[in-house]
Amino acid sequence: MRPPFFVVALAAVATAFFALPLIGLVAEAPWGSVGSALLTRQVARAAALSALASTAAVGLGLALALPLAWVLARTRFPGRRWLRGLVVLPMVLPPVVAGVGLLTAFGRRGLLGGTLDAIGVSIPFTTAAVVIAATFVSAPFLVVTLEAGLAGLDRRLEDAAATLGASDARVFRTVILPGLRPSLAAGVALAWTRALGEFGATITFAGNLQGRTQTTPLAVYELLQTDAGAATLLSVALLAACLVAVVAVRGGLFREPE
Amino acid sequence: MSPGGHGIAAARAGASGALEARLRVAREGFALAADFSASPGVTALLGPNGAGKSTVVAALAGLLPLSGGRVVADGRVWEDVSAGVRLPPRERRVGVAFQEPRLLPALTALDNVAYGPRARGIARPEARRRAADWLERLDAGHLASRRPAGLSGGEAQRVALARALAADADVLLLDEPLSAQDVEARAASRRALAESLSAFEGVALIVTHDPVEALTLAGRVAVIEAGRVVQQGDAEALRRRPASPWVAALAGVNLLRGRLEAAEGEVVLACEGLRLAVLPGDLAPGAEAAAVVSPRAITLSIDPPRSSARNVIAGAVASVDPGIDRIRVTLDTRPPLTAEITRESLAGLGIAPGTRLYAAVKVTEIELFPA
Repeated sequence: MRPPFFVVALAAVATAFFALPLIGLVAEAPWGSVGSALLTRQVARAAALSALASTAAVGLGLALALPLAWVLARTRFPGRRWLRGLVVLPMVLPPVVAGVGLLTAFGRRGLLGGTLDAIGVSIPFTTAAVVIAATFVSAPFLVVTLEAGLAGLDRRLEDAAATLGASDARVFRTVILPGLRPSLAAGVALAWTRALGEFGATITFAGNLQGRTQTTPLAVYELLQTDAGAATLLSVALLAACLVAVVAVRGGLFREPE
Repeated sequence: MSPGGHGIAAARAGASGALEARLRVAREGFALAADFSASPGVTALLGPNGAGKSTVVAALAGLLPLSGGRVVADGRVWEDVSAGVRLPPRERRVGVAFQEPRLLPALTALDNVAYGPRARGIARPEARRRAADWLERLDAGHLASRRPAGLSGGEAQRVALARALAADADVLLLDEPLSAQDVEARAASRRALAESLSAFEGVALIVTHDPVEALTLAGRVAVIEAGRVVQQGDAEALRRRPASPWVAALAGVNLLRGRLEAAEGEVVLACEGLRLAVLPGDLAPGAEAAAVVSPRAITLSIDPPRSSARNVIAGAVASVDPGIDRIRVTLDTRPPLTAEITRESLAGLGIAPGTRLYAAVKVTEIELFPA
């Protein structure tokens, strides 16, 4: 059934709802002061930290997500559905709750606080905390996409490789990994953009210290109170970064060559 | 040949080289209880669809655990349920061409064929050289740089065959190896496969539902029906003492389907380009019917025969397939007719592809069934 006219009209309203804030950002940005607003020490440090932390979060996230996705996709055990629910929970959790949770786990007086203290490690309000917060909220995207990717692989190809004498490591490298490339690309893009935009868990667990824990979104928030124009320009820069990541995946940059 | 190659050949000659299989697999709604043996050379596992042929392949390759029984290849125990032995697929030295090609999509045809040698530790240039050689032997050399997504079904199947043959296996398992070849390519592919297999020293098991394929490629046949091996032997044994109606029905007959027509006081079966005089029995003109003609009931001659046979069909030889003790000569009639003759007749008549012949069939040799 083709949508009737009033549905098309409502879809147009929805489009406007999604587009207007983005148009607002671009239209309201004081483009004349781009240089003075963005070429500041604060913005440079925030941008560098964001790039570093998001990339580190994706790396750490992959190390955590791949084994988990593999187990979820290829084993059957009681409580598997509960485990999957637990893993994806950070996707829907209010970020501030994630931050409080991270404090109660890794904070000074948290569950692991004593143990970490004993080996001389303190995580909260450090750059490491920024990475952990970003990983916590973004890695579920990797788990979900990789599990779907693994479930969609043709396991008969792995059987064929095994009969040809391939070790498990070779099967993984030559059959599973190439097959996972599309899901890997999608998962990395989603996780990276989610990590880049992380705000609530970061400010709760890592604080807002310039040069150490102030990521770009936190800098936007701070600038909003002193220099709204600079905050808008920085927001546009974040929007552009996310756009590039999504287009890179959607546009087929990582597609299989035919 | 390298000294290493001699060593391997000597080791093979020293052991019996045979494959002994007692396969028990219990799955929902299907039980496999297949016992058979195969000595070095080519053995066909022949059976109708759903008989459990692909299950046998998976079990022998180690991809499907047995629930009972054992597999011994060349004196080496691959699997023994009661002893708790079960070698993983990569330790069995099998070369498998699955029914669906299962080529690795990220690799070129050449690298797919080189995959086995590479996995066994052979350096890339040497592995690729061998792979190119095998592709060439199976008329697939021109496909080397293509990826599986760009291959037709028949081409992918030839690449998969080359991959199995290149694996330097003790046991080859080829599941319906010619099923995806179109009619024109089939004879050439069969010849290329037969040549490749004649040089193979281990056990080659060809799994097929096609008795012609079984009898033309293999010296021995094991017939599997409903999960059980019901008969093992050479072609002659199958033809003379078929262990089941299925074996009897498929031991190499011509099957012609068409419509009965009345013509000049007799009844003929019109089947594509052929019009065969038949004894209609209680079938009336206009009825759909199938005629079964044994290849041995067809007489071939160079000149038009002056005999009592009322059906004389002219045609050119499309293919000559060596059987076990007889030669199968197929004419390019539509539909094709296959006759079996002795080697002496073949030589005496000077038959080769393209030779124009007359095929004579006595009406009384044609069995007619309602279709």
